[in-house]
Amino acid sequence: MNAIEIRKLTKSYGKARGVADLNLEVEEGEFFGFIGPNGAGKSTTIRTLLGLLRADSGSASVFGKDISMEKEEILREVGYLPSEAVFYTGMRVRDVLRLSADLRKKPCKEEAERLCERLELDTAKRVEELSFGNRKKVGIVCALQHQPRLCILDEPTSGLDPLMQREFFAILEERNAKGMTVFLSSHILSEVQRHCTRAAIIREGRIIACDSVEKLAQTNAKRVMLQGKVELSALSELRDLQSTEHGVSFLYGGDINRLLQALAGQRLEDISIAEPDLEEIFLHYYSDGGEKR
Amino acid sequence: MTILKHELRRDRLSLTVWTASIGFLIAVCIFLFPEMKGEMDSVSALFSSMGSFSAAFGMDKVSFGTLTGFYAVECGNILGLGGAFFAAFCAVNTLAKEEKEHTAEFLLTHPVSRRRVVAEKLAAVLLQILVMNLCVYALALLSVLLIGEPLPFKEFTLLHLAYLLLQIELAGICFGISAFLRRGGIGIGLGIAILLYFLNLISNLTEKAEALRYITPFAYAEGTDIVTSLRLDVPLVLLGISVGILAAALGFIRYSRKDIAA
Repeated sequence: MNAIEIRKLTKSYGKARGVADLNLEVEEGEFFGFIGPNGAGKSTTIRTLLGLLRADSGSASVFGKDISMEKEEILREVGYLPSEAVFYTGMRVRDVLRLSADLRKKPCKEEAERLCERLELDTAKRVEELSFGNRKKVGIVCALQHQPRLCILDEPTSGLDPLMQREFFAILEERNAKGMTVFLSSHILSEVQRHCTRAAIIREGRIIACDSVEKLAQTNAKRVMLQGKVELSALSELRDLQSTEHGVSFLYGGDINRLLQALAGQRLEDISIAEPDLEEIFLHYYSDGGEKR
Repeated sequence: MTILKHELRRDRLSLTVWTASIGFLIAVCIFLFPEMKGEMDSVSALFSSMGSFSAAFGMDKVSFGTLTGFYAVECGNILGLGGAFFAAFCAVNTLAKEEKEHTAEFLLTHPVSRRRVVAEKLAAVLLQILVMNLCVYALALLSVLLIGEPLPFKEFTLLHLAYLLLQIELAGICFGISAFLRRGGIGIGLGIAILLYFLNLISNLTEKAEALRYITPFAYAEGTDIVTSLRLDVPLVLLGISVGILAAALGFIRYSRKDIAA
């Protein structure tokens, strides 16, 4: 069964933001990554799935239930962590957690306690006293305490320190092993690469690639930066070639040995070969003709 | 009932402060009455003969020297305007504050229908208005007993009932507006309350503005009319309450289709 199924979803609002003709399928039990830069339409997609926004056209379903017809049924089985978790000022953390549980009509005290302990969250504090990272933790507990079948996370790690990020992903992977589907929206590629099995890349409201993370990573080029006088005419498959102050920088998508041979005889002052960042991955997909399935 | 309870808990301070303020002012007015009564006999004629100023506040119709006349004017200004502000403040805020404070996303991603959210929030507003009015009403009656005047039970009950209805209508209108706002609308709510209050003053001043009576709920909550006629203008009340219900219903429809921005 598909946990999420989106068909030709179109939603535009404000200044041409939104998504257009978006198709996406996420199977139950997957750890799915949803990658794209800010403003690409990640949040719009998620917010439409959750019923916060109404689609202009197209349809979507979660566990086979239509988002416009059976919204409450869907929300019962979904946990959601917004990119910026905001709670009612004046409330203590434990009251927020209880409110969330009450709204779901489901007692989750024990699970909440377990999660708070693992995330080192002080439930006696008032939410407005919390740092961004600690507010995020409250959001995480709210999203997970009722043991949802599907957890939708919108840029979950911003604000969390590395240790907490590790603990957080450990919790997600445990839950995933027990069958929870994870839909992780992020602009941090390494995060998606490390944890997700499949991923979709969204750009300007359209899915431009959707595949297993390994395959997506294979097509990745490397960002090569060279300092010194270099001659590159022996190399093909160079993209985004830029002259820098003391040398050149380019994306290389070809055989790495050919690159090394071409550089072997030359006098370099410095070299760095790195994973391209997300923008560069997009560049890679654009140069392949934009849409690729 | 979770949302209703949550709303009441969040607003308890505001409810307490408003109730205490209005109740306190009403009580002070009543306690001032015995002292003023003696002096009033002489100035009563003056108050009722200030031409259009007297007409605007209905002071040409009642005597300041009687408790009911005095209370109808004073209460009209304190509970009439204060209560209207309270009702507008509660109602216009209740939906819009969720978006203004970005808590709508939290609330609406729980398995609760929009309709339920709106219904429980509206119930919370009406309940708070009811509580405030009952407290003030009880306090007013108590104050009259304490100053040893005979209790004008029917006049007081009718007056307070009229103000309650006025607040309910206003709450309905502001609640409806609230569903269309993205940011808080306290200014809009209080502005509407003041506007309607002044429309009533104007309609009292000139025959030409008679039609305004059908627009402003303050027309059927005119204290001096109520204590002289000892009845409410039922058609006007029904018209007003229908407007309130209609506005709230529009709010319902709007909110259940609304896009909640981040």
